[in-house]
Amino acid sequence: MAQALQESQKIDKREARKTLASRQRDERWASIEFRALSTLPAILFGVILVVLLARSWPILQQKSLMDLLLGDTWRPSEGQFGFLPFIAGSLWVTILAMLFAAPVSIFCAIYLSEYARPAVKALIKPLIDILAAIPSVVYGLWGVLVIVPWVQGSLAPTLGRWFPFLPFFNSSNPTGYSILSGALVLAVMVVPFIIAISYEVMRTVPRGYLEASLAVGATRWQTMRYVVFPRVAGGLIAGVVLGTSRAFGETMAVLMVVGNNPIIPHSIFDAAYPLTALIANNYGEMMSIPLYDSALLASALLLMLIVLLFNVFAALALRRATAREEA
Amino acid sequence: MKKLTRRHLEELIAQGLMYLSLALVAGSLGWILFTIIQRGAPALTWDMITKTPKGGFYLGKEGGVLNAILGSLYLALGGTLLALLFSLPISLGLNMYIPRKSRWALLVRSVLDVLWGIPSIVYGAFGFTLMLAMGLRASLLAGIITLAFVELPIMVRAMDEVLRRMPRDLENASYGLGATRIETALRVVVPQMLPGLVTAVMLAFGRGIGDAASVLFTAGYTDRIPTSLMDPTASLPLAVFFQLSMPYPEVQKRAYAAALILTILVLLVSFLSRWISARLSRYSIK
Repeated sequence: MAQALQESQKIDKREARKTLASRQRDERWASIEFRALSTLPAILFGVILVVLLARSWPILQQKSLMDLLLGDTWRPSEGQFGFLPFIAGSLWVTILAMLFAAPVSIFCAIYLSEYARPAVKALIKPLIDILAAIPSVVYGLWGVLVIVPWVQGSLAPTLGRWFPFLPFFNSSNPTGYSILSGALVLAVMVVPFIIAISYEVMRTVPRGYLEASLAVGATRWQTMRYVVFPRVAGGLIAGVVLGTSRAFGETMAVLMVVGNNPIIPHSIFDAAYPLTALIANNYGEMMSIPLYDSALLASALLLMLIVLLFNVFAALALRRATAREEA
Repeated sequence: MKKLTRRHLEELIAQGLMYLSLALVAGSLGWILFTIIQRGAPALTWDMITKTPKGGFYLGKEGGVLNAILGSLYLALGGTLLALLFSLPISLGLNMYIPRKSRWALLVRSVLDVLWGIPSIVYGAFGFTLMLAMGLRASLLAGIITLAFVELPIMVRAMDEVLRRMPRDLENASYGLGATRIETALRVVVPQMLPGLVTAVMLAFGRGIGDAASVLFTAGYTDRIPTSLMDPTASLPLAVFFQLSMPYPEVQKRAYAAALILTILVLLVSFLSRWISARLSRYSIK
C-alpha cells in the first residue's frame, strides 16, 4: 500500500515537472498522429481494391466480362474461366441458408427483446454469444459428422420420395455433400449474427410506445405487428442483408460440406462449388497455368464487390433505422 | 372460460413460433457441443497437447498437435497486438479528436463497416499477394499481418461502440481541470473504459484464433514449432481441416480432438474476457 502510494507520488512528480509547452507539444503530436491513423482504414480498403484489380487485370483484358460472369465451363488448363457455376453455387447456398436463418433469428430477437424476463435473457444471451464464438472449422466438422449423414440418410431419400414432382428436390447425387448441407450449417452460423443486430434494432423502439399499446388492450403480438414492426422493418431487413453477406463470404464451413463440384446446381441435393471455396481450394499453389492466378483473384474481387454491395445497402438502412431514434 | 378470439390465437401461434425458434437455436448449439465433445474427448490424450507430430503422424502413428496449438496462439497473439497498436488510436481519434457528426467520422466508420464485412478469404488472398510482393514466404509474420487485417475492423468497431458510451461529464471534468485531450484520453477515458476495451480485444483475439481462411495461404503449415517470425506456422483450424481430409480413421480422430481443443480455447477466451471485464469494472466510476 505504502509502496503503491510512493509509486503514484513518483508519477505525480514526473507529471508536475512537465511544462505547459511540453504538454501542448504532446497534444499537438497526438492530434496529428490520431488524425493520420484515422485515414488507415480507407487506405487499407483502397490498397486491397487496387491490388485485386491489378492482379485480375490480365484476365479482365483477355476475356469479356460477360464471358467470365456468364460462362458455365471451368477448365483452367484449356483457358476456360466461367464463373457462373461458382456464382450460382454461392447464391443457392446463401439464399437457402437465409430462408432457414432469417425467420428463426427474427423470432428469437423478438422473444429476447420483448417477451423474455431478465433472468431468461441473462441465460440465453451467453448461449448466443457462444454460438457466435465457435470457429467455422468446428461448424464444418459438425456438418461433416452430423448434417451430411443426415441429409444423405434421411432427408434426401424422404423428400425425394414425397415430392418427386418438385425439380429442386430431385438429385442423382448420392453423397450428403450438398447445397442443403451447406445451407443448414451456414444457417446455424449466421443465426447469432442476425439475432444480435435485430435485437439492437428492436431495442431502439421507445418503451413508452409499447406500454401505450399494451395499455389500450392490444396483445403483445398486436403490439409487435402494429407498433414495433413498422418502426424496425428497415433495420430488420438490414440485419438480414448483413447476415446474407456474412453467409456469402463464409469459407471453411461451407467448403467442408458442400461437395465442391463446378457445375450449375439444379436441386438442393446437388453438390455446388461456392466462390469462396474456389479460392480456398486452388489459390496459393504453384500455378503454371496461364491466367489461373489472375482468374482466382478476379473471383476474389467479384466476391468482395458483391459483399460490398450488400454491406453498403445494409449499413445505410441500419444507420437510418437507428439514427431516427437517437434524434 | 375465456373466449379464444382471433387475436389471442395469433398471440399463441406467434409465441409458439418464438419458442420453436429458440429451441432450434439452443438445440443446434447443444448438438454441436455434444458432437464435438463426444467425438473429440476419446481422442484427446495428453500426447495430443504436449507433443508435436512424429514420423508417420499422418498415417496414424504417435505425436500430437502442440505445433498447431502454439502456432495458433502465436498467430492470434501477434495479430491481436498488431491490430491493437492501430485500433486504440483510431477509436480514440474517432471519439475524441474528430468531431462526432463530421463527414470524416462518418466516412471512417463506413469504411470500417465495409472492411469488417470483407470475407476473410479475400484478406487471405490479398495477404498472399502482399506477402509475395514483400518477398516473404508463407510464415508466422505473413500470417500475423493478414490476421491483423481481419481483426482490425472487428476491434475498432467494438472499441468505438465502447468509447461512445463514455460519460461526457467525466471527460469534461478532466478538461475543466486543465488536462489536454491526450492526457484525458490516456488517464481518464482509457482507465474508465478499460473493461469494455478488454472485451473488444478479447473478441478480436477469439475471432483471430478460429480464423482459417486468412492463414490458409499465408502462414503455411509445418510439424515444427516456429522459432522465428520467418518460419512457417501450423494452426489449429488448419490442423482440423487437413487431418479430416486424410483417409485414415486414426488421423481423423485427431481432427476431432483438435476441434475440441480449439473449441475449448475459444470458449475459454470468451469466459476469460467476461471475467476480466467484470473484475476491471470495479475500478470504473459508475
